Parts: sequence; structure tokens; C-alpha cells
Amino acid sequence: MKRRKVDLADAPVTFAKGVDDRFQAATPLRGLLNKVFPDHWSFLIGEIALFSFIILLLTGTFLTLFFDPSMKEVAYDGSYPALRGTMMSAAFESSLNLSFEVRGGLFMRQMHHWAALLFMASIVVHMARVFFTGAFRKPREINWVIGVLLFLLGFFAGFTGYSLPDDGLSGTGLRIASAIMLTIPVIGTWLSAAVFGGEFPGEFIIGRFYIAHVLIIPGILLALIAAHLGIVFKQKHTQWPGPMRTNENVVGERMFPRYAMKQGGFFMAVFGVVALMAGLFQINPIWLFGPYRASEVSSASQPDFYVMFMDGLVRLMPNWQIYIPIGNGYSIPPMFWPAVVGLGALFTLPMAYPWLEARKLKDKRIHHLLERPRDNPERVGIGMMAFSFWFIATISGANDVIADKFHISLNAMTWAGRIGLVLIPPLAYYISVRICLGLQQHDRQVLAHGVETGIIKRLPNGQFVEVHQPLGPVDEHGHPIPLEYAGWVVPKKMNRLGALAPAVKGFFYPVEKPAEIPVSPAVGGPVKKEEIKSGR
Amino acid sequence: MTSDTPARRRARVFSRRRGAPSRARRRLGAAVRMIAALALAGGVYTAFTPGAFAEDNVQLSAAALEGKSLYDTSCISCHGRDGQGVEDRGPSLIGVGSASVEFQVGTGRMPMTRQEAQAEEKKPQFNEDQTKQLGQYVQELGGGPQVPDGPLVDDIEAKPESLARGGELFRINCTSCHGFGGGGGALSSGKFAPSLHDPTPDQIYAAMLSGPQNMPVFGDNQLSPDEKRSIITYIQLQLQEDKDPGGLFNLGRYGPSTEGVAIFLVGIVLLVFTSLWIAGKS
Repeated sequence: MKRRKVDLADAPVTFAKGVDDRFQAATPLRGLLNKVFPDHWSFLIGEIALFSFIILLLTGTFLTLFFDPSMKEVAYDGSYPALRGTMMSAAFESSLNLSFEVRGGLFMRQMHHWAALLFMASIVVHMARVFFTGAFRKPREINWVIGVLLFLLGFFAGFTGYSLPDDGLSGTGLRIASAIMLTIPVIGTWLSAAVFGGEFPGEFIIGRFYIAHVLIIPGILLALIAAHLGIVFKQKHTQWPGPMRTNENVVGERMFPRYAMKQGGFFMAVFGVVALMAGLFQINPIWLFGPYRASEVSSASQPDFYVMFMDGLVRLMPNWQIYIPIGNGYSIPPMFWPAVVGLGALFTLPMAYPWLEARKLKDKRIHHLLERPRDNPERVGIGMMAFSFWFIATISGANDVIADKFHISLNAMTWAGRIGLVLIPPLAYYISVRICLGLQQHDRQVLAHGVETGIIKRLPNGQFVEVHQPLGPVDEHGHPIPLEYAGWVVPKKMNRLGALAPAVKGFFYPVEKPAEIPVSPAVGGPVKKEEIKSGR
Repeated sequence: MTSDTPARRRARVFSRRRGAPSRARRRLGAAVRMIAALALAGGVYTAFTPGAFAEDNVQLSAAALEGKSLYDTSCISCHGRDGQGVEDRGPSLIGVGSASVEFQVGTGRMPMTRQEAQAEEKKPQFNEDQTKQLGQYVQELGGGPQVPDGPLVDDIEAKPESLARGGELFRINCTSCHGFGGGGGALSSGKFAPSLHDPTPDQIYAAMLSGPQNMPVFGDNQLSPDEKRSIITYIQLQLQEDKDPGGLFNLGRYGPSTEGVAIFLVGIVLLVFTSLWIAGKS
């Protein structure tokens, strides 16, 4: 009797060989697994959005198992005593049951809501990173446009989701949405009637929003996210300038194993933070808002933060009604400008920005290296203008809460918002441009004269001078030969030069220097393959 | 043209009986009639109007007398003598009732620090007894609504439907200013609806009865005493005792604005540090 010999050490090899024999997967996989990703903390913010989207899909699927998108009136008879016997829609009742009867249901609901906020918040931060570092430049303009569309879709996904529980806050939001539709000249009434199936609120809106929220919008989101990542994959990630990094290569870590493990760990961290927030912080206590009744509107009824800028613009808009005496007369209500025109402009202008900037700078080159914000002060200024505008509009969306909690007059808040919206963005532009120029100048100064040592020398004539440590070679008089700026961090402290021990040790900095950094060429660059070791 | 109207006939009869009076007689008669009419009007006025010092005759109870002495030292500068009010400084207190006094003084809103949009809640200047005495004094000045005796919070074991009814009434009547979670809210020009997390059942009842500051009066015709007790039950058991689930922190229950702050201050900050950490280890 002969026992079959199984060598466990050989098992993976045998398995992989078996797979390759059947699917010929080795060649494409080798390329994939060896793909090099540049490493910088700011490149991980987009991943937060991706991971929270995955959490949204997982928790959302759980919620659909218990949610009933119906507006049929029922009497509540669940375990929450303060609503027992109250008439409400089946949608609200199932949201309450989901929160109070289903085991872990409230936790899942809160996770879903926090993940939605995190999705939008990380998109905002990610967009800021891409914008301020010039990552949207050719060849990545289309991916920037897709990113803006992802924010817009997230906006609508969030709004439809916010409307589903049919509590007081949802209904108030829907009422505003209906009012915004009604402001559109000529077609407004028809549009609102078509969406709501008649007069607001009607009996269909929850069912319609439900399909939009669980099927249509997530479907488009998923497709666009796939396209977004596919383009990143094809065009390769941008990288910071630095030693060995050129416009023609990518320096970083291979997909497998390091990058994949880091990403896996980061997904766990995102999951953990969302779960932590869902467990610690109450979000949207629908049972306090009660079922939606058109007559009951709570104070501090606000949309979630990513819609708040629109609410703020509506609050700040002066009461300017335009009356058009044609036929029976048409009017354009003031709300039309911030809510319809404003929303449209706030999404189309950013989409056009990459081409506008290229046209202005006459820059048709391909860029794979990022630009430090300070090296393009005008872009930073424009970005800060947009951000301060968005920030003031968002703050104004919560101006009643701020007025109350900080003891400011609500009228003063409104006027501060109106004036701020006009004055602050240009001021932000000016200040940020000056800061960028100042930082540029300091870099150039260090490159030309060296690092300040803190050593003060007294010359024979009584003059005091500070001794500078040149960064490069010196001429025959001992003066440093000015160095070229390389678009990357200039050492400005002696400890950065190795003259002193590092000031910060440990947690956020590499423990040891990596022995060898994999390098791979970028797309579209000239063919200079001398640094390639394997893969792409 | 003569017409035989009844008036003329009466005049003729009159003149036939008396004959035409002399000029002096006519004047004398007019003077006498004038004096009589004045005396009558004055007499009626005197009889039906209270005298200028009428309150001297009113017997104040012992508590009200104590209250009056407090009033005369702490309230009189704005509300005037005997609660008649001072223009541009303080309103009249005739008829506001002890409910109003117990709310305003008991929560420290009165005496006011300065004239502003709305009196702020602060540490009460008078203790409970003194507040009651002041309330008694104002009550005896001109009557008005009073907080009833007995429990103001329903026993939900005995009346389980009270909580849900209170919630319903709270959402209809109170949330538009005080907010869904009773955290308070802003009104125009620096006025505000205060938080409902601190006041006692007595104070809430008194506020509904008297409509302090910018709050409307919810008299017994608008909300019956039973309905008021339901609302207080909801505020007390559902909002103040924090019986709602969903985590250790409710973020003040100010709605999505604090949730938006939390996602940036907690979520994004934690994850940016995580990405710094992950990217740092290469």
C-alpha cells in the first residue's frame, strides 16, 4: 500500500499552476500584481470615499430587507411608547420597527447614515486634494469631470435616502424640493406634478424615491466609480516630484503584497471609524421628528451637510421676484436663482475648470507630476474662492442653529452671510495668493542662501549675522551657488539635513528608509525603460 | 309752510301753558340745568370709579405683604408702583397672575440684567419662598392665571396614552420654535426659544399659561390643563430623561448641522490621521 505524498509547501504552486493551465491568468495577473502605486497620505482620501461606498452598499442591503416603501396610513403599535397609537405612513412605521424591533437595526441605520456623510465628506476633501495639487490636468480632465458627477450623484443619493423614512425632517425636505421645482418658469408646475404624481405630497413619492435610491442612483454611481478607478488604473496615479520621480515614471509600492495589504487595512480602519461613529453618536432620531405632517415643521430642520450650501444660498437670497406680464402672467420667484441656477452653475463651472485653466496657461502638456499648491498661486486662490463661497453658503444653511447657540441675532447672521458671500471669496483669493508667493519666496531664499543655523556671528565691525548652511556647493568666496527649485520640499531646518537628530520620531514617519523603491513608467511619456525591473 | 309734526305740536302746547319766558329767566334756567348735569355726571363718576388710593383698603395676605416688600426693592424701578408698569421700561403686572411671576422670577429671568431682545435665564435672585411671595403679591394685585396644584406629570403606568398624545401636541405646538429635541431655536433679531432640557414641570406649565417673552399664550382654551400635562409628560420623560437610543452622544439634537460637524471633526480627522500613519510606514 502506497500513500500518496502531499507536500503542503507545494500546494500553492500546484494550485496556481492549475489555475494558469486552465485560464492563462499568469500574464495579466503579473502585470496587475506588480503594478506600482505612489505612496502619499493624501492619495488615500479617495479610498475613504470608495470604502464608505462599499459600507453603504452592505448596510443599505440590510436596510432594504426591513423597509416598506409605502405611504399607506397605519396606526403605530410598536415598542416606542411615545408614538404608540399615532397614525403614520407604513414607510415611517417600518423605519421605526427597523430601529426598535430589528436586532442591530438601529446600528445599521446609523452606520448607513454616517457612511453616507463620510462618503460625501471624503469626496469634498478628495476633490480639494486633486484640485490644489493640479492632479486634474491633462490627461486626467475626464476623471475630474466624473468626480464632480460622483459628488452630484451622491448629493441626489443622499437626498433621496434622507426622504425615505417619511419622518418630519424628510417631509420638510421634500416640501422644499417640491418648492424648488415649482420655481422653474413655465415647466415648474408640470415637473412637480410629474415627480410627486399630482399635488405634494401625494401617495407615490416614497415608492419612486425608493427605486431611485436603491437601484437607479447606486447603479449609476457604481458604473461611474468603476470608470473613475479604471481611468486611474489606465492613466496611473499622479505622484509628487522628488528624488527619482519624473513625469515619465511612477515610484511607489507594488500592488501586491504591500499596497494591497495597506488598502485592506485601511478599509478595516474606515469600517471601524464608521462603526464607531454609528455606535457612539446618534444620527437623525426619526422618532423625535414624528410622522410627516405638512403643518408640523421643527426648527433646525436642515438638510445633511452636503445639501446645506443650497439651503444656505436660498436663505441668503433677497426677496427679488421677477414678474413677466405675458398671457396670464409668469413670475420667477427669488428661490429659482440660488436653487436651480446656482446649483447648475456650482456643478458645471468646476467641470469646465481643467480646460479653462489649460487655455489660460496655454498648457497642452501631459502632467503626471503633481504641483505643490504654492507653485500655482492663482489656482490656489481660485480654489480658496470656491471653498470660502461653499463654506459661507453651508454655514448659512445652519444659520438659525448658529445664531441660537452662539447668541447672535439671526438677522445679523443672514446679513453677515450676504455680505460675506460677496466679500470673503475675493479676500480669500488675495490672502491665499500672497501666502503662496511668500512660501515660494522662502523656498527660493533657502535654495540661494542655505538653511538658517541659529548661530549668530559677530563681525569685527560689530555687525551681527546669522550663519547659513549652504544646501549645495559654494563658490571661491564661500557663498552658496544658487540651486534650482525642483518642485518639492526644500529642507529648512538643520535636523532635516542630518545635522541634528530628527525632531519628530516614530508614528507618522517611516521607521526605516526603504531599501529599494520600485519604479515604473507613466502612460504617454517617452519610452525610457532603463529603470523597469518587472511588470509595468 | 307749517306742518303738523308732533314736535311742533308739543312746542305749541308748551308755549301755550307757560308763555314766553324772559331773557334773564332763560339764562338762569340754563345755568341751573348745567350745574345739575355736571353734579350728576360727577356724582356718577365718583360713585363708580375706584378712588386713587383704593388699594389702601385692600387687605393683602401676609405672604403678599412679604412679596410687596420684595417687589418694592427689586421690581419697582421697571414695573412701577403697584405693578402699574413704566413706559419703555417694564410692562404692567396687573392681571399677569402668579404663573407669570413664578416662571420669570423662578428661572432667574427677572429681575433683568439689562434691557435687551429677551431676558436671559440665569441663577435665580430669589429663593422659592420669596418667589411664591412675589407671585402671591402680583396675584392679589389683579388676578390672572395660576399654576394648579397637584402633579403636572402624568403617571404613564396609569395613563400610557398620555406620552404619545403629549408627543403629538408637542410636535404641533412646540417644535416650530423649541425644535424636535427641545434644544431651543432662534427667532428674529436676537430673540430665541430657550432649551427645554432644564425647566421643571411647574415652570413649563407656567410658561404655557403666561406666554413669557416671545412665547404665545397657550391658555386653557387652546390647550386644556390635561393636554398641558401630557406635553409636560412628553418633555419630562422623553426629552429630559434622554430615553432615546442611538449612542452615547446625541450631538445636542440640533439636527443635521451638528452631524455635519461631527463627520468632519471625528470621521475625517480620524481617517486622515490613519492615512498619515499608513502612508508613513513604507
